[in-house]
Amino acid sequence: MQRRLKIGVLFSRVRVEEKWIFGALEKRGIDYDRLDDRAIHFDLNDTAPWQGYDVVLERSLSYNSGLYALRLLNAFGVPTVNTATVAEVCGDKLMTSAALARDGVPQPHNATAFTPEAALEAIEAFGYPVVLKPVVGSWGRLLAKINDRDAAEAVLEHKSTLGSVQHSVFYIQEYIEKPGRDIRAIVIGDCVLTAMYRKSEHWITNTARGGEGELCPITPEIEGLCLRAAKSVGGGVLAVDLVEHPEKGLVVNEINHTMEFHTMQPVSGIDIAGEIVDYAISVAREYA
Amino acid sequence: MSTVSCPECAAELTLEKGTETGEIIVCSDCGVDLEVISLEPAKVQLAPREEEDWGE
Repeated sequence: MQRRLKIGVLFSRVRVEEKWIFGALEKRGIDYDRLDDRAIHFDLNDTAPWQGYDVVLERSLSYNSGLYALRLLNAFGVPTVNTATVAEVCGDKLMTSAALARDGVPQPHNATAFTPEAALEAIEAFGYPVVLKPVVGSWGRLLAKINDRDAAEAVLEHKSTLGSVQHSVFYIQEYIEKPGRDIRAIVIGDCVLTAMYRKSEHWITNTARGGEGELCPITPEIEGLCLRAAKSVGGGVLAVDLVEHPEKGLVVNEINHTMEFHTMQPVSGIDIAGEIVDYAISVAREYA
Repeated sequence: MSTVSCPECAAELTLEKGTETGEIIVCSDCGVDLEVISLEPAKVQLAPREEEDWGE
């Protein structure tokens, strides 16, 4: 007889996704704890309470809190979805780009530099327009489309003067004339579960910024690219964002490791929360 | 049905059935984000501001 599993769900806020996940756990009769990352603490001399979990599903809003929690849990031998290694790669756009480049996965042309002067030189080599992105951040925040040298100098100075030290890791990406949309695909394990177009007149197409969702058929090309991208960053429960590049075809723009799916679940009609829970259960059973 | 008072504008708000602790609700009068910190008794507080490393 299989032992009764115990699952922890690490979260910051109960968004609709967390409500759906809690509901899926309850529907399956799983014993689980809600772990508010603002309330928990880790005693490194007493890891036993954490070792009672067969798996911890990480849904933190805070990248830092989630990442350090995963690092600690993995160090304690507790399986997590996703792993700390995956969070390290996906939570940092530069690390994601480096992994994709290592594995030859198509992506936009990217460069990085650590001083405004070196960044300006890299930008001038790209030609205008280019996009500057923070290496850590989400929901399309603090992206800057740089149309000329004046704008480049101004934004680089602002970032280096006003931003945290992390904003002095300048992540430069070619500007892509996309057809008013990008594609988000949900990958769980080795399955591309569903995909959605995110449409917007604005060059930033995140649904968090007002982009609208529409179901996207999973072509063999989309499926193959998403699986390669997911494997490159370590796999697990991931949202792979694709862009239709006018010359290169489909390229991988970003990969999110604690994705929101409040638009995708109703658009696709797929119980994404249930699939995430089933995947977490499979990870728990693998290590039990 | 539990009711709470918005700490920003004092509007009287009703928590919908199925509301969870930790959930964010929006004040229908002033539009501020409120976090449900307790259900029995029903309590809300101003939700924390979005931090730089927040995301998905």
